[in-house]
This record gives sequence, structure tokens and C-alpha cells, in this order.
Amino acid sequence: MTKFLLETMANFAITGFFADLIVVLVYFVLLLLFIIINVMLVVWVERRVCAFYQERLGPNRVGPFGILQSVVDAVKLISKEIIYPKNVDKWVYFLAPIICFISALLLYTVLPFGKGLVLVKLNVGLLFFVAFSSTTTISILMAGWGSNNKYSLLGGMRTVAQMISYEIPLLLSMFGVIMLAGSLNLQDIVNAQEHRWFINLQPLAFIIFIIASIAELNRAPFDLPEAEQELVAGYHTEYSGMQFAFFYLAEYANLFSLSILCTTIFLGGYLGPFFPSWIWFTVKVYGVILLYMWIRWTLPRIRMDKMMKLNWKFLIPLSLLNIVGTGVAIKAWPYIQQLVR
Amino acid sequence: MINEYGIIGIFLLGGIAFTLVCLVLSWLLSPHKRSVVKESTYECGLETSGVTWVQFKIQYFLYALVFVAFDVETVFLFPWAVAFNCLGMFAFAEMLVFVVILVLGLWYMWKEGALEWN
Repeated sequence: MTKFLLETMANFAITGFFADLIVVLVYFVLLLLFIIINVMLVVWVERRVCAFYQERLGPNRVGPFGILQSVVDAVKLISKEIIYPKNVDKWVYFLAPIICFISALLLYTVLPFGKGLVLVKLNVGLLFFVAFSSTTTISILMAGWGSNNKYSLLGGMRTVAQMISYEIPLLLSMFGVIMLAGSLNLQDIVNAQEHRWFINLQPLAFIIFIIASIAELNRAPFDLPEAEQELVAGYHTEYSGMQFAFFYLAEYANLFSLSILCTTIFLGGYLGPFFPSWIWFTVKVYGVILLYMWIRWTLPRIRMDKMMKLNWKFLIPLSLLNIVGTGVAIKAWPYIQQLVR
Repeated sequence: MINEYGIIGIFLLGGIAFTLVCLVLSWLLSPHKRSVVKESTYECGLETSGVTWVQFKIQYFLYALVFVAFDVETVFLFPWAVAFNCLGMFAFAEMLVFVVILVLGLWYMWKEGALEWN
């Protein structure tokens, strides 16, 4: 597609830097559409799944099976007034949703969507992903602090404590995969799973990754930051209209991108027989998303101290053990093979 | 060609532009009716009492400190993990020592009760 665009522009005598720039901007718009459409779809799926678990119908009026509900919601949110309460820290309050959305958006630049379908072939892709996913924490702290609201502050602080804690097992669970693949480039990691998905070699890491990513996404059973019964809406209590929409968009965009990362590093990414790579990719990613939803709507919330205990006293030692175990296994593997022969 | 980080930079600028355009659009479409009650801080319909920006529980900062230690450690682990297959047993043993020191730190914090949430 890049080639086609460049040739078309060459006909209009646009070459060099500007042609490249236009190509990148076209990709940016496509990516934005991809994210927004998928987020709307995921929100709709979530509401339907939730309704299914609670034996309700869920949104079913707008469009077939209510599939256009999220579109209508988006239109509603954009036409709502943005309220600035008089005590807020104006700049911090204004910037928080923007930073939250941008950090969610930039994660998609390094993720492979199919064979050769990756925007930026970054050789430190995984590190980039991890680094940018943790900027979300800053925006949440900004939102919690800037709102000058007790619920927001409590929610924000809790979110930060939870997210930075669970980021460690999330990172450590990836190391087994990095050691096996020998690369941080996400495409290389996918290609290393040609014969065997890493979930077979790293089942423990997969489970740790799923638990930690649920906490990272602030979803039940780890949804303490947004525990409605005690904190109203957590860090975005004061936000309304489009600013709230950015938080909402970022939340589901993060869900989607973490599902993509999970598929990429554990489930063989876009690899699969017979069908084109993007079909496998879609099937796997939505499978992981449904797993997250299944967990969210079946398990009750756990207490703050138990959540922290689970992380620091269980997941982190376990994931460190997993790294050491993987290292020993890789080093011992040639000898075991010789012994078997 | 624009290099990889250049593309990411353009995406960053594009993201900023998109959010600002959305906010302006929303500002154009939405009503603007200010009122004292609407602009007051939300606290379940009551007047807020006291200041919000107070000194916060020390526990959060302890976790933050522990997090920094562990995060820095993961940065050291990244290059080691990538080059793991090319490295010999020596590097592996070195990293084992590193992990053991870290576990000792974790054990110390555990013992001192820094991981307890009260």
C-alpha cells in the first residue's frame, strides 16, 4: 500500500519527505479508525457479555442486536458539556485525558496485526510497549490529583499503587518469552513461534501475564480504583463529556492492545494454517478479550490488602522463579537431548 | 525515508492534534451553561468539607520506592534476556546472583513489614 500511495503521489509530482509524511499520516488515520471501530465493538461486546452473565438482554435497540449503541453513545458524549469544577488544577485537569489517550494510541504503532502488517518495525518493540503503557499511570495520577475531589484522589492513588505493583510481574512474565525468542521485536517473537506457541513452553508466565494484565486494566476482580460502591467513579469522577470519553476510549484501547500483546507473545500472534494471517489474528485477539470478560463478570472484587499481598508475596517471587527456571531449562536442553539419544 | 522514531513522533503529534480537534468539536457542539452548583466539587450532593490535597498515606510511597527498585532491575534484565542464547554459563550465573540479591531485598522488605497494607 505504501508503494501504491508513493506512486500515486509521484504522478502529482509529490516526492521526497512530503510524500513520506503523507503516507505516515494516511496510516495514522487508518490506525485511528481501526482503534475507534474496535473499541466501539469491544464496548458493545462487553455490554452484551455482561448482560448474558446477568441474564439481561443488554443493548438491543439501535441497529441489529444493538451493535450501533456505542456509536450513539459516542455522539452523545461529544455533544455533552465539558464541566470544569471551580477548584480544579486547570492545566493538570485538562492534560490528563489527553495524555491517557495518546499513550494508549502510541502502543499500537509497534504491534503486528498480520504478516508484514506492522506500522513501525521497532527492534525494541516490547520495551517500547511496556514503557508507553506505564505512562497511563501518570495521566491517572494527574486526573486524580487535578480534580481536587476526594473520591478522585483516592481512586487515583489506588490505581497508581495497583498499576505500578502489577507492572512488575507483567514485565517479569515476559522475560521467559524474550529469552526463548532472543529478540524484543514483536514480529521476531511471533516468527519464533512457528512450530510451537510460547504458551506451551511458558504456561506459568501466561497465567501470571493474564492476572497482572487484568490488574493493569483495572478490571474486576481488581477494579478497586473504580469501586463504584465506595469511590463513585474513581479518578474520573469529575470528568464529563469528551474528556470522559477519552478515558473510556483509552481504557478499552488498552484492553485491546494488551490482548494483542498477549496473543503476540504467547498465542503465536497472527500465525495459523489455511486462513490469512489477519483472520487468525482477529480470532485470537477476540478470544483473549472474551477470556478477560469472562473473568470480569464472574469473579467478585477482592480486598485492597489481599490484592497487594497476592502481587508482592506470590506473583513476583513466582515470576522470578519462572525466569530462573526458563534459564536453567534453556541451558540444560541440549544436554537432555544428548541423554535421550 | 522517515526513520522509525520519526514515524512514532508523527503519530504523537497526530494524537495531540486528534484530541484537540475532538475537544474543539465538542466545545462547538455542547451547551455552555455555567452555574455555581454545577461547578462545585462532587461529594454525593453535600458541600465538601476540608481540603482534598492533604498529606497522603505513607504506604503508597513505600510501594512506589519498591517499584522503582524492581523497575530498574527489569531494565537490567532486558538486554540479558535478549542476548541469553549467545551468552555462556558465566553470564547466566551472574544474573542468578543478581536475581538472588533482588530476592534478598524482597525478603528484607517482607520481613520489615513494608509489604503489609494496613
